[in-house]
Amino acid sequence: MRLQGFGQIDRSSPVRFEFDGRSYGGFAGDTLASALLANDIRLIGRSFKYHRPRGIVTAGSEEPNALMTIGQGAAANPNTRATTQELYDGLVARSQNAWPSLGLDVMEVNDLLAPFLGAGFYYKTFMWPKAIWEKLYEPVIRHAAGLGALSGQDDGQSYDTGFLHCDLLVIGSGPAGLMAALTGARAGKRVILAEEDFAFGGRLNAEAEEVAGQPGPAWVASVIAELAAAPNVRLMRRTTVTGAYDGGTFGALEQVAEHLPSLPQGAPRATFWRIAAGRTVLAGGAHERMIAFRDNDRPGVMQASAVRSYLHRYGVAPGRKVAVFTNNDDGWRTAADLIAAGVTVTAVIDPRAHTQHDLPCRMIHGGVVTRAHGRLGLDNITVRKPDGAEIKVDADCLAVSGGWNPSVHLTCHMNGRPDWSEDIAAFVPRPGAVPGLIAAGAANGMFSTHGALRSGAQAAAEALDIKPIKVPQAEDATFEITPFWHVEGPGRAFLDPQNDVSVKDVKAAHQENFRSVEHMKRYTTLGMATDQGKLSNVGALAIMARLTGRDIPEVGTTTFRPPYTPVPIAAFAGRAARDTFRPHRLTPSDALSRERGAEFIEAGLWHRAAWFPQPGEDWLAACNRETTMVRETVGVADVTTLGKIDIQGPDAAVFLDRVYTNMFSTLKVGRVRYGLMLREDGFVMDDGTCARLGDQHYVMTTTTAAAGQVMVHLQFCQQVLWPELDVRFISVTDQWAQFAVAGPKARDLIRDVVAEDVSDESFPYMGCGAVTVLGVPGRLFRISFSGEHAYEVAVPARYGDALARALTERAEALGGGLYGMEALNVLRIEKGYITHAEIDGRVTADDIGMGRMVSAKKDCVGKVMSERPGLHGPERCQLVGLRPLNPDAAALHAGAHLFALKAEITPDTDQGWLSSACYSPTFGHRIAYAFLKNGRARHGETVRVVDRTKGTETLCDVTAPMFYDQEGGKLRG
Amino acid sequence: MQFSAWEIIKQGLTGNKGWKPHWRDPEPKSAYDVIIIGGGGHGLATAFYLAKEHGITNVAVLEKGYIGGGNVGRNTTIVRANYGLPGNSEFYSHSLKLWEGMEQELNYNTMMSQRHVLNLCHSDGQRDAFTRRANTMLIQGDDAEVLSRRQVRDYAPFLNFDNERFPIRGGLLHRRGGTARHDAVAWGYARGADMRGVDIIQNCEVTGFRIEQGRIKGVETTRGFIGAGKVGMAVAGRTTQVGQMAGLRLPIESHVLQAFVTEGLKPIIPGVVTFGMGHFYLSQSDKGGLVFGGDLDFYNSYAARGNLPAVEHVMQAGMSMVPMIGKARVLRSWGGIMDMTMDGSPIIDRTPVEGLFLNGGWCYGGFKAVPGSGHVFAHLIATGNHHKASTKHLLNRFETGHVIDEETTGAQPNLH
Amino acid sequence: MRLTCPLCGPRDVREFSYRGDAVLTDRPTTPEGFHDYVHIRENPAGPHDELWHHGAGCGGWLKVRRDTVTHEVLSVALAREARS
Repeated sequence: MRLQGFGQIDRSSPVRFEFDGRSYGGFAGDTLASALLANDIRLIGRSFKYHRPRGIVTAGSEEPNALMTIGQGAAANPNTRATTQELYDGLVARSQNAWPSLGLDVMEVNDLLAPFLGAGFYYKTFMWPKAIWEKLYEPVIRHAAGLGALSGQDDGQSYDTGFLHCDLLVIGSGPAGLMAALTGARAGKRVILAEEDFAFGGRLNAEAEEVAGQPGPAWVASVIAELAAAPNVRLMRRTTVTGAYDGGTFGALEQVAEHLPSLPQGAPRATFWRIAAGRTVLAGGAHERMIAFRDNDRPGVMQASAVRSYLHRYGVAPGRKVAVFTNNDDGWRTAADLIAAGVTVTAVIDPRAHTQHDLPCRMIHGGVVTRAHGRLGLDNITVRKPDGAEIKVDADCLAVSGGWNPSVHLTCHMNGRPDWSEDIAAFVPRPGAVPGLIAAGAANGMFSTHGALRSGAQAAAEALDIKPIKVPQAEDATFEITPFWHVEGPGRAFLDPQNDVSVKDVKAAHQENFRSVEHMKRYTTLGMATDQGKLSNVGALAIMARLTGRDIPEVGTTTFRPPYTPVPIAAFAGRAARDTFRPHRLTPSDALSRERGAEFIEAGLWHRAAWFPQPGEDWLAACNRETTMVRETVGVADVTTLGKIDIQGPDAAVFLDRVYTNMFSTLKVGRVRYGLMLREDGFVMDDGTCARLGDQHYVMTTTTAAAGQVMVHLQFCQQVLWPELDVRFISVTDQWAQFAVAGPKARDLIRDVVAEDVSDESFPYMGCGAVTVLGVPGRLFRISFSGEHAYEVAVPARYGDALARALTERAEALGGGLYGMEALNVLRIEKGYITHAEIDGRVTADDIGMGRMVSAKKDCVGKVMSERPGLHGPERCQLVGLRPLNPDAAALHAGAHLFALKAEITPDTDQGWLSSACYSPTFGHRIAYAFLKNGRARHGETVRVVDRTKGTETLCDVTAPMFYDQEGGKLRG
Repeated sequence: MQFSAWEIIKQGLTGNKGWKPHWRDPEPKSAYDVIIIGGGGHGLATAFYLAKEHGITNVAVLEKGYIGGGNVGRNTTIVRANYGLPGNSEFYSHSLKLWEGMEQELNYNTMMSQRHVLNLCHSDGQRDAFTRRANTMLIQGDDAEVLSRRQVRDYAPFLNFDNERFPIRGGLLHRRGGTARHDAVAWGYARGADMRGVDIIQNCEVTGFRIEQGRIKGVETTRGFIGAGKVGMAVAGRTTQVGQMAGLRLPIESHVLQAFVTEGLKPIIPGVVTFGMGHFYLSQSDKGGLVFGGDLDFYNSYAARGNLPAVEHVMQAGMSMVPMIGKARVLRSWGGIMDMTMDGSPIIDRTPVEGLFLNGGWCYGGFKAVPGSGHVFAHLIATGNHHKASTKHLLNRFETGHVIDEETTGAQPNLH
Repeated sequence: MRLTCPLCGPRDVREFSYRGDAVLTDRPTTPEGFHDYVHIRENPAGPHDELWHHGAGCGGWLKVRRDTVTHEVLSVALAREARS
């Protein structure tokens, strides 16, 4: 029911919204919850397990019941709290977890079965018959569980992330937060004030209080105006600080568009901020807790403070006849405010025998509420008076206050545990629990307004080591509470309404020896609902404390984990989603390759051309053609992706001798050598060529996959292991575009683009040097990854596209053309070159037949560990070639396993695996590389290639791991 | 007390007054035949199998806090036997078979649900590696299917097939893999062990070992000395510290691994999906929360909590491969302390101290190993010999070079 | 977490990668020491000397002293200058 003369809503801006298919009216400044209450809607959802009818309990983010799906289609947003969802025109909300309707939910049958569905019942049944769990029991349970539903579609919306830095982060903008922010701002500090609500002010918006002689909201407005005018202050509404992390880092979710009918063009839906804060004041307030009694979950039972929020902030009376049940002064304040607003208060029930409160309504001191009545909405309550007599009291709303819990959550995120305060019967933050963070105001157990103002100013002053500012006048009453948690009696008294955990469940946990807090939580699921136990944890601890004869702090507290309130996955991810999860690295020939219709393959972060299909060709036809083209004429391939590291300095040669297994100090200037690099544990890290361009100047190439790893490794070796070596290096992978030119006509092509003489005398096999490429300074390496006479030619990257086109044009004129990764792979398998398919991190130099490349004359990284006994001998799998006995055999694929001819197929008889395989157009049959136990001694033997994934077996001869041009004449020719 | 539907009905009709503690809280005796240090999944399972398989019931499980409070209670509940290397393959195969009979063996519903594990691949090289692994699994007698892109699309149409950064090129489907209710595994083994006479002693921290002439005599605890001829360590996350008290120097670093759960949602993710290139894995619990995780935080830690870079990386990977989960809200994140070994595989072995046995180094694969680990560790403790499913998880393998490096990243624990 | 790189100043941990125990600075000179060097770790619960790499910054290898229980960073130095 809307009340005239109350609230900060904008009555000049009426809006329409829909709830479960019916249209209602509200105002700008309403939340969905306040608008529903204004329309006298009390039943808004169903509970998780028993599907009990539920109503709005809170006016904030701790709401356990009022979870709804907002919006439709792909944009549908499930499990949205109606209590924080701002109302906008055209908002469409649906209730969740009820079928066929909210009023008539067939799953409510669970409520009747409650005696059989208590805490942990599912651990004790559904075990027979065994096969039925996945087929029947589990699907039924899964279907019944869950709250809202994801749309199942990608909403296509973008989110963002960002960094912020400040001297002082203030979390919460109630009286304490505002004073803290003001203190920092006036001292010229960089201040961020983060407020989860859409309005600054905290509870000053929800109370009838004055600060500095002004109404609370007016004072808030004046402070915000001052802060907004300060250039050193960033005001962030709709921003929840969700987690405290190391080094003064906080995560914060800023809602950008949840309150708008549609996402503005280009705007993110939300931004997840990482805030690096010098100091932090936590002024996040407190949460009012409930009292457990029978059927205390009926729609209409609310926090007493929420009733005041709806009254003062939204001008809504959540009921026409309101009763109050309180063990502290807070409930009395609710009753007084309601009476002042003209709302009927049917009774105030306080278990304390005496208080000094005196209101013009029925007051039952020493009484308790024993039961709430009304299935779909509260009708009345049963009250037990001090004399034991039970009476019924009319009430369509019951405002409950069991005291307040400071919002200690963030102070627990770094494993801190809060301290118990007897004065307020609640946990308070332990100082220092988060380095650099000081709690203030209600978050620190300071519940009076003046106390909050004062503590906010002090906290900021202490944090920043500056003088506090003057604190304005405000209410400064002391807080009095007599702890009272639970009204004993029959029936179920709920502690965690969303997860349907009642006092009975906690008792059952105790009875079955789930007595540690964590056991209780896990067995009953208490505190695991979407509010993370904000409403329920302390009450449950109190029950367990009584059952075990301990006091509450002895029982302990469960751990609060980030995030403080739930954060969408998409918000954490920001823009690094979908295709932009990681960068796309494109080669210099990318545009050309796309023009030529190439298919691409991912290599690390690179997109490399895989093959260039001509009309009518599938991948295999294209690959065969390209392979043959290289073998017969000339092919051009982009090899820019290989890592290139420029190494210079007087000690460059010594350095390379230490990181490669073989010698590089003996390499002549103008020559290239193949090198092998080990990890310190003795396994092969990477291979590649290294060219000596000058006495103190080398250029190392790495594989595409290991480029980054090798660079970091070199930096490690130089800075950490041998800082005394005078050597410097830098990655030039992106600076040089490099192309392989391979085939019998390679020299014809190279001669056409390189100004210098490229005869065998000037550029013999494994020669290198600086050249002029079509007028551009470049480099030429006579190296081959195909077995053919071949070169790699490099130019500065900005000429890469031009050179790719020039080379391709000339190659085509010679009958050749571009070839892709598939053909490159076939060529290298035919020739016996390895890639990371072979050196997969688990093989040694000896395994790949390069044991002799580990120089005996010197130490190198990995040499000692490569000599471990387990890395040698006949049990090791060694690299071999495989040739099928039947040349038509089609089933020879990488990943198949090897077995001896007559062996049974068992794990124990497994002899190895295929690392690479392809169809060789050169030989007209498939060929493969394999790692075979003791393989080098088994050339000529016939083995079985078993591929159980395809159900095939193929007989193969074991050969040397090189099929093409074993003498190497073509390389040198 | 036998758990059953009938018992639930009987108790329900009589006010649920007859339920008994799932395990006792006995005072420690002065000595036991065997002491197991660590009341997590591995320790409790070891005690259970010592009693059940070997008739050794004079056993104490010593737990410094509450049982099941370590990694068995803070993981992403995935169960699978899809390892590729000898040593691991037969072990996890053995473990999965025990999972399949666990509920009946324990009379406790651990909700083992064989709802499949699908690993996605994005390159030819990855598919080849999957084929090799699938063959290992099939030769081991486990199930594995290598799926094409089309088959993956038919199987899991909710994935992002428009992704050009990491296009889905296929997958490895393991139908017998799935998920289980993690806490229930600890409680079920605890109850099973307790019923067979094992003393489960909570709030009892081991503070030292009594070792005489190279032989174990017992352990010092916060509740006094407790004697035993054999002691088994199963203290994942704290293996270094406990081992050091016995003079062990181990190839282990402790790292934090974070995991996440969302608010409850109606069923939408049928099984377990992993996106290895993004170090991301996802499933949905029976309660409806999406459960997912990713890579380590990368630095040594005993804090059981992590930082935002790892959090965001996980979410980014999720948004890359399954963008329809974007509006699911993360409810809770948590961290567990992983014993990361130098090759990423566990250690189940004797130690240089006679009578002291070591079970540790589970990296982030400990949950699925629980029944297998308990079973083979009990065998080792009871018989002195390695069970045939675990002959290669030796402590000295780093010295000899017989490492079991599934991730191929070598002796850098945070890369496994 | 944030690290103060001696060359670049205070930076978010995203810019760094982690290698492990700073024992790696002391590469053995004889074969006997290598097993320990490569494999065995003190793995303390408390202050830990460790190596970080500022890959998204100066490329420097840093020796960091950090508490593994609280994650508090106690000191940062360039590894080349902090060798024992």
